[in-house]
Amino acid sequence: MPVKTFKIDGQDVSGREDETVLDIARENNVFLPTLCNIEGLKPVGACRLCMVEVKGSNKLLPACVTKVEEGMEVTTNSERLQKYRRMILEMLFVEGNHVCSVCVANGHCELQWLAEKLGVDHTRLNYMFPKKEIDVSHYRYAIDHNRCVLCTRCVRVCGEIEGAHTWDVSGRGINAKVVTDLNTPWALSETCTECGKCIQVCPTGALFKKSRAVGEMTKDDHFLPYLKTMREVDNAE
Amino acid sequence: MDREEFEQIGQKRREADAAVEYHINVCTSSGCVASGSAAVKESLEAEVKARDLKHKCRVNGVGCLGLCGSGPILSIQPEDALYQKVKPQDSAEIVDHLGQGPVERIELKQDNAFFQQQQRVVLANAGKLDPEDIESAMAHGAYRALYKVTTEEMYPTDVVREITQSGLRGRGGAGYPTGLKWATVAKMDEGLKYIVCNGDEGDPGAFMDRSIMESDPHRILEGMAIAAYAVGASEGYIYIRAEYGLGIQRLKKAIRQAEKMGCLGKNIFDSPFSFSVQLRLGAGAFVCGEETALIASIEGQRGNPRPRPPYPAMSGLWGHSTLINNVETFANIAPIILNGSEWFSSMGTEKSAGTKVFALSGKVNRVGLIEVPMGISLREIIEEIGGGIPDGHAFKAVQTGGPSGGCIPEEHLDTPVDYESLRALGSIMGSGGMVVMDDTSSMVSVARYFMEFCMDESCGKCIPCRVGTAQMYELLTRFVNKEATEADLTLLEELCEMVSQTSLCGLGQSAPNPVMSTLRYFREEYLERITPAHEPA
Repeated sequence: MPVKTFKIDGQDVSGREDETVLDIARENNVFLPTLCNIEGLKPVGACRLCMVEVKGSNKLLPACVTKVEEGMEVTTNSERLQKYRRMILEMLFVEGNHVCSVCVANGHCELQWLAEKLGVDHTRLNYMFPKKEIDVSHYRYAIDHNRCVLCTRCVRVCGEIEGAHTWDVSGRGINAKVVTDLNTPWALSETCTECGKCIQVCPTGALFKKSRAVGEMTKDDHFLPYLKTMREVDNAE
Repeated sequence: MDREEFEQIGQKRREADAAVEYHINVCTSSGCVASGSAAVKESLEAEVKARDLKHKCRVNGVGCLGLCGSGPILSIQPEDALYQKVKPQDSAEIVDHLGQGPVERIELKQDNAFFQQQQRVVLANAGKLDPEDIESAMAHGAYRALYKVTTEEMYPTDVVREITQSGLRGRGGAGYPTGLKWATVAKMDEGLKYIVCNGDEGDPGAFMDRSIMESDPHRILEGMAIAAYAVGASEGYIYIRAEYGLGIQRLKKAIRQAEKMGCLGKNIFDSPFSFSVQLRLGAGAFVCGEETALIASIEGQRGNPRPRPPYPAMSGLWGHSTLINNVETFANIAPIILNGSEWFSSMGTEKSAGTKVFALSGKVNRVGLIEVPMGISLREIIEEIGGGIPDGHAFKAVQTGGPSGGCIPEEHLDTPVDYESLRALGSIMGSGGMVVMDDTSSMVSVARYFMEFCMDESCGKCIPCRVGTAQMYELLTRFVNKEATEADLTLLEELCEMVSQTSLCGLGQSAPNPVMSTLRYFREEYLERITPAHEPA
């Protein structure tokens, strides 16, 4: 496969034709914040955190879905990008009800970690304090929509890896939410295999195992790249 | 089918039409149906039957006659008289006056700019042919261009070259060169390719595509078939919003009739070329007009946009190369093939060739569907064709491009209507909605109206559009209620920039346009609504 050479923040790098700017940035220890992206699932370019500037393009491009090109010059951390990324995180904090001090994922939350890392310590946006539901009908798992950032990792892991497609998105815009089956309580879902993958890939405390107290819900998504590779091997045979 | 057989179909119909002395053509498009044209048509038919005039006079249902604000409209042929706001009880008088000059009481005079300054290409046959009868369409030249390309040695590359040279640009709003799009799809590896017609017209105040679909459905099918021939596709979809019931019904009928006639389906006109068309109905989501969301919707998935590239030309419907064009774009194809690219590029401006259909609405005397050459000034459209502002009010702004466009003030009215000029003003050509506002409109309310629309129609996939539109709506509400502060204005401007720069698809990227353009031209209206911060005691 052809290999392209290009520049990330002035540094010369190379990548295979089918690799993305995000892949190569990570390979070269260039930090790019991501939220919807997770290794092992199809990228959707939805959170817009990994957007970069590419010389010659008047548009910002999401690094997770932008394939490498010969001679491209990528800037990952301009002042403008930093400002936009902070605003995106602020938007997530005001659209939901995120109270870290009482959250099961406190200390293990990607949203919290990103906010610290990017220096989001306050917001000028207006808190929306939406009234959101909690579904604790399932005997092992629960979802708290107050903490959901709609990254759709649960939707994708359930469809792409587990093959159950229990999760999907219903509603639109600010009223969009993830649902099990056709918006029935989780306990009544006929498709859920109770595999728990959705719990592990959720970046926040929205999806968690029951009987976890504040800060006790640690997540482990290391199984994903392995499972994805195994599936590909399976399909190839 | 040889040339003679093909021409016979239309010729026979023309002769049959000519044998009847008078034709009463009643508009049966949505606008006139809504004001009661179906009852008018019935009453005229009854009148003709009662007087036993059926060999002398025929009542036909036709497509849009243009001046929707004065419906129901009908035209008398061959006298070419128009009647407006016709009621069923006018029937006897109308039939009485056949051949004796028009009924002056309800005559619609055509000596004004609305009728004189239009240039009809897309709508050339609207209001003349019966959209529910393929023979009537063929009597007006339908499928002649398709016959020409499929049977008379016009290679696919010739067709693409002709479209490229014509300078036609996408009429859905963005103005991407149509020929370039066709060439890209044509050059993709052979295999399954699709043609998609985007009829998901959703801008508030826009009804161009609806009118075309209702008035001349065969023109669209013909354009799609020519495109399919040019790029090597064999299947096509028309994605039309479910709200357009009449359009759906007529397109369905048109497809069935065209297949029966051999103009669509297997071995079109006995050539090796086959092409079939299916309808897919949208379920009321504005975002499905965005091409990647539209593709997802046809595939049966949630209508969410995805990042481009890959563009549909590379990976579209079910991963296959797909050509997506708008209704009006397809409606321009047949005339270009018949009259040549030079004829087409001679209309309009150098970079924006041809004509554009606009749905003129709002505070203007003559509301309706118009088709004008590109490069005409906004002033000509509003003051001359539209007849100016009613009730002695003053013009304030014209909104083009719907929720993705902007408001253009008086001082820029002499701007020519073309893709680049409108963009330079902070608006866009858009699909053709043109809403005129007078001095009673508050521009802040207008901006909030469009932001509410975008907020409701955001799919929720990307964060800037999902949350940004809701935040901007909240800020604009403060301005409307005169509760805003200086800080709100700063934040609003920052959000406009951020949402337009970072959103995933065109909906989010352009959602701030109405706010940005009103801030640019009517900033004082925002400043008036700021409450000074209270001084600490």
